[in-house]
Amino acid sequence: MLEVIDVSGLVTFQDSGRHGFASYGVPASGPMDWFAYQAANSLVGNSANATVIEIGLGEAVFRAKRNCVLAVTGAGYEVLNYVWTFPLWTSFFVRAGWYVNIKKKSGGNWAYLAAAGGFEVDSILGSRSTYLRGGLGNGIRTGDLLQTGKPSRELLKLAAQNFPVEKYMVYSQSPVIEVIAGPQNERFTKEGYQTFLNSEYTLSKSFDRMGYKLEGNSISHIAGADLISEGMTMGSVQVPANGQPIVMMADSPTTGGYPKIANVVKSSLPLLAQCEAGVSKIRFKEIMMEEAHEKYKKTSEFLKNSEVWWAK
Amino acid sequence: MLKPLGDSALLVQLGDKIDPAINQRVHALNALLQTNSTAGIVETVPAYCTLLIHYDPLILTFNQVTYWVRDKLIQVDDSLNRKPRQLEVPTRYGGASGPDLEAVAVSKGISTTDIVRIHSEREYIVYMMGFTPGFPYLGALDERLIMPRLETPRTLVKAGSVAIAGSQTGIYPLDSPGGWHLIGWTPLKLFDPTSETPFLFSPGDIIKFIPLDSDSSLTGI
Repeated sequence: MLEVIDVSGLVTFQDSGRHGFASYGVPASGPMDWFAYQAANSLVGNSANATVIEIGLGEAVFRAKRNCVLAVTGAGYEVLNYVWTFPLWTSFFVRAGWYVNIKKKSGGNWAYLAAAGGFEVDSILGSRSTYLRGGLGNGIRTGDLLQTGKPSRELLKLAAQNFPVEKYMVYSQSPVIEVIAGPQNERFTKEGYQTFLNSEYTLSKSFDRMGYKLEGNSISHIAGADLISEGMTMGSVQVPANGQPIVMMADSPTTGGYPKIANVVKSSLPLLAQCEAGVSKIRFKEIMMEEAHEKYKKTSEFLKNSEVWWAK
Repeated sequence: MLKPLGDSALLVQLGDKIDPAINQRVHALNALLQTNSTAGIVETVPAYCTLLIHYDPLILTFNQVTYWVRDKLIQVDDSLNRKPRQLEVPTRYGGASGPDLEAVAVSKGISTTDIVRIHSEREYIVYMMGFTPGFPYLGALDERLIMPRLETPRTLVKAGSVAIAGSQTGIYPLDSPGGWHLIGWTPLKLFDPTSETPFLFSPGDIIKFIPLDSDSSLTGI
């Protein structure tokens, strides 16, 4: 059990997402950075869809009410107590009464705090993910007592697990974000599409879990930016009339009405999620479906088979 | 026409206009896919003239999903014969409730009174739901009211706002960003996650807007 001592920014519970209500307009939600989310759960021996705390654009301080094992993953944060720093991407033992401070620094936006046993939160519409705009879940507030479930094994066996260095997601502030073209790239001029692929974009300050507004060279449409609204997903790159792309993120609306020039592939979503507003230089690269699936499989199958490295 | 949307969704395009017959085909295909679902299909999102199919790329390849959908497209029967629900939406037009009504009137060269009459005299089909939980996309809008979306979307539109864009009209269930022209407001609650029936509308419902006098009190509703 953790007590929330102080919290700022966008701090929410997230599990693997809310599926099955998209036809009523309910976003999938889930983590902004699925790689860091899954790694955090793996490190503390949790199941792949256990509930964690996502810390975005702020910081959080907790006090352990009981002994527990925690792990923090992600980018752009450090984890401290009064005496030392806990490394990210490692599980660590926390004694009852200790403080854990997850503090923002530069180099990313989102951190994931997993506790052995997972956080116990009410399920709404089949998921424990918080979707603040839709009133699904409450966010996390100072004074809250956060319950955790039963760890999968003895705490001492869960502590001090390291995520293998060679398997890290290579977060970068000048990432190449891979995309599948379309489904409406024909709605843009040839120059417009080349502009999208060949120039650098930065993340605007107005970004959140719903979408990342990018700023850079304007992408020209052939015949206006109005589309009959249709389904979209995390990673969809919509381009409104002003020519500045918006990448839909975890709380993406289920449908949208701007033409979509491309869609970020799953294996690149964590890299984009951790780009810093006004700092990162983002480039896009078109890849083919087979390559996209291959990369996603490689990354996520490793995470799913974490028992293999975990037991060592 | 089948097109990929990234590496985990397939877009099935059954037409390119807002048309009750095309939309009926979308819902018929959706129903067929639902009753014959297969491992790896996550969920489907019917829209005006498209159906988006989310799949898990760890289980299915793009070609497998495509093959599965093509097979169902051959079998689909459009004659979905069901009786739609009819619902009334009390709406206060203009003023603070519909801050864009005046601008729409000026742009279309029609009086605000006529805009309200044209918007509220017609029955609309809930063609699809999306954008935010419980948001109904209603059509088709009278051609005299067709406006492109705002060039730069508003960062905050209040819940209950009745809006138009293109040949569509809709109602914002939640405070959210939005790029449509706001012409009115309804006190109805479109989404309540704590309710056993969280959504006021379902795709296929028939909706009619009932104008409220601008000076009438809404406190009793």
